[in-house]
Amino acid sequence: MNLTFIDWLIMILYFVFVLGIGFALKRFMKTSKDFFQAGRALPAWICGLAFISANLGAQEVIGMGASGAKYGIATSHFYWIGAIPAMIFVGVFMMPFYYGSKARSVPEFLRLRFDEKTRAYNACSFAVMTVFSSGISMYAMARLIQTLHIFDAAFLKMNWPLEWEFHFAIFISAIIVLGYIFLGGLTSAIYNEVLQFFLIVAGFMPLVWVGLKNVGGWSGLKSALPLAYTHSWKGMTNPHDNPLGVEWFALAMGLGFVLSFGYWCTDFLVIQTAMATDTEEAARRVPLIAAIPKMFFPFLVILPGLIAIATPAMMQHAALQTPAGVSTTAALAETAGAPDKGLIPVKVNPTTGKVITDEKGQPLYDYDLAIPNMLLRYFPTGILGLGLTALLASFMSGMAGNVTAFNTVWTYDLYQSYIHKNASDAHYLSVGRWTTVVGILFSIGAAYLATSFNNIMDTLQLVFSFVNAPLFATFLLGMFWKRTTGHGAFIGLVSGTVAAIIHHGLTLPTDAHPGIHGGWIAVIHQYPSEMAQNFWTAIWAFSTNFILTVLISLMTKPRPEPELVGLVYSLTPKPVEHHMEWYARPKVIAVGLIVMVVALNLIFR
Amino acid sequence: MNLDLRIPMGLLFTIVGGIMTLYGLFTRGSTIYERSAGMNINLIWGLVMLIFGVTMYTLGRRADKRPRAPVVEGATRPLGHGHGH
Repeated sequence: MNLTFIDWLIMILYFVFVLGIGFALKRFMKTSKDFFQAGRALPAWICGLAFISANLGAQEVIGMGASGAKYGIATSHFYWIGAIPAMIFVGVFMMPFYYGSKARSVPEFLRLRFDEKTRAYNACSFAVMTVFSSGISMYAMARLIQTLHIFDAAFLKMNWPLEWEFHFAIFISAIIVLGYIFLGGLTSAIYNEVLQFFLIVAGFMPLVWVGLKNVGGWSGLKSALPLAYTHSWKGMTNPHDNPLGVEWFALAMGLGFVLSFGYWCTDFLVIQTAMATDTEEAARRVPLIAAIPKMFFPFLVILPGLIAIATPAMMQHAALQTPAGVSTTAALAETAGAPDKGLIPVKVNPTTGKVITDEKGQPLYDYDLAIPNMLLRYFPTGILGLGLTALLASFMSGMAGNVTAFNTVWTYDLYQSYIHKNASDAHYLSVGRWTTVVGILFSIGAAYLATSFNNIMDTLQLVFSFVNAPLFATFLLGMFWKRTTGHGAFIGLVSGTVAAIIHHGLTLPTDAHPGIHGGWIAVIHQYPSEMAQNFWTAIWAFSTNFILTVLISLMTKPRPEPELVGLVYSLTPKPVEHHMEWYARPKVIAVGLIVMVVALNLIFR
Repeated sequence: MNLDLRIPMGLLFTIVGGIMTLYGLFTRGSTIYERSAGMNINLIWGLVMLIFGVTMYTLGRRADKRPRAPVVEGATRPLGHGHGH
């Protein structure tokens, strides 16, 4: 890649500002509340944008572009079905309990509502998950920097071996994220997430604009692509008729309900931003504010994937990247007989230089390069620096959110609860600071683990999905049924995870072999796609947790009602809304959002 | 929190937008714009970012000088007495 002085200048400016914000915030970090909870003093719009940015890590940006190239506009279900309804629910119904209970983290809420063992289970699994997610982010970023040869020219000039690029990228990202969180805590992380939000918009909007103009606008894009690519609901009645391989029920129930509510309503990574606001009403508004840009994000991150497919391959620039630096012409020549995928290169084995094919002899495509290749294809030097900065920013803030969540859960839920009670606030503040260092070191460890065992990350993500899948049932019953007991919640949660593992072990996507993809106990059912299997795993885990929690709660002794005020819906006074203008009331905003999301689904049906 | 995010963010966008605008002005008619469908995207988008940055910065500076609105009675409920510790 040919980066000029101007591209570097823009990237370096961004890093200067990121660290500068950290330094500027340092003097406000006086108590542990300032550090872990941003002093509970941030405005709702900032937290709202951070709420979606925390989730918009680079895997999300790269992954959504890739999936747009692979499946088309149907990918937007992950936003319109798989996020908006859950964000509305957490804002209107759940936030009063998180914020009002004075819990400092999601695991702490579980302790207030249930008991110590439920909290400990959730805190431990969550802490491990955040460290690995941050490590995966770091690994993905270093890989991308290596693939795009961003540092090549600089390294050649310094006479450093090019193999060091990977280590260099890991080192730099670790130092920067460490720096700004160590200095400014959660405030720093949230500020940088908002900065990243605007950079993504600033970097991707012109990309979509120029790209669409090049392929002849929306109508040109539609005519260049198969019908299913531009219609999100086509063939949804039968899993075999649509590219996702899922039918509408699994989509609505598995993705729209279990997985999405489990993530947006219980994951402390996003909830921590809402809990940093100054009032309860601001906290309720955070997910609702976040839902508005979230609704339109498919046009920024999925559309480039579609444009990448529609961009004629013959116009490919020699500078476009293929994996591991194999020359583009060679990779393209080999695919002469294969279907035209525009800017998407085929996967190439880095050691032999041969194109990787599936069992039917068709080449495999590297969809993850959809977004990077779009940047290289459409952006001249100057704005290219901006586009790359946006991409790097999303990697960093993806890491940062995980690190601050790890800090809080470790310090409050594990260290203060089980290791060192009743220390001074200054002690916990410094524990939090140093936990940042430990968190980053663990992330680096996880990133290198991923380089040596590629399957380890897939396996871990699978295990996390087992732990997360049943989670929402516990929160739903805990907040809306006063009879739910701690024993019920704990046993339900653990059994839900076990159900997820068993379901995975007994089923298999049609084109996969037993092993990491499932069927490692026996194959009693086959799903048309891996996605369908994931959704049904979640549905089974949720249902098992729900049923067992109810049964065991009925058999065990509930807590006295006065203890549950502020923690359970029916026993808590409803939030006061009469002083707000009608349009600022959470329920009114919620209805507006639902109308908008239905309209979007109708337009792109 | 005493640092309004709009101030540093406005500054960053103003500087980056300014750099892109200037670069766009100096490279008018250059062949590098063949990629971006013939548009001088540096100039156009640089100006957009410049305007956004200046607006954010101004808003941030203005809000810095204004006192905050008082909290409404009853909007934040006294909860969380129930748990036993």
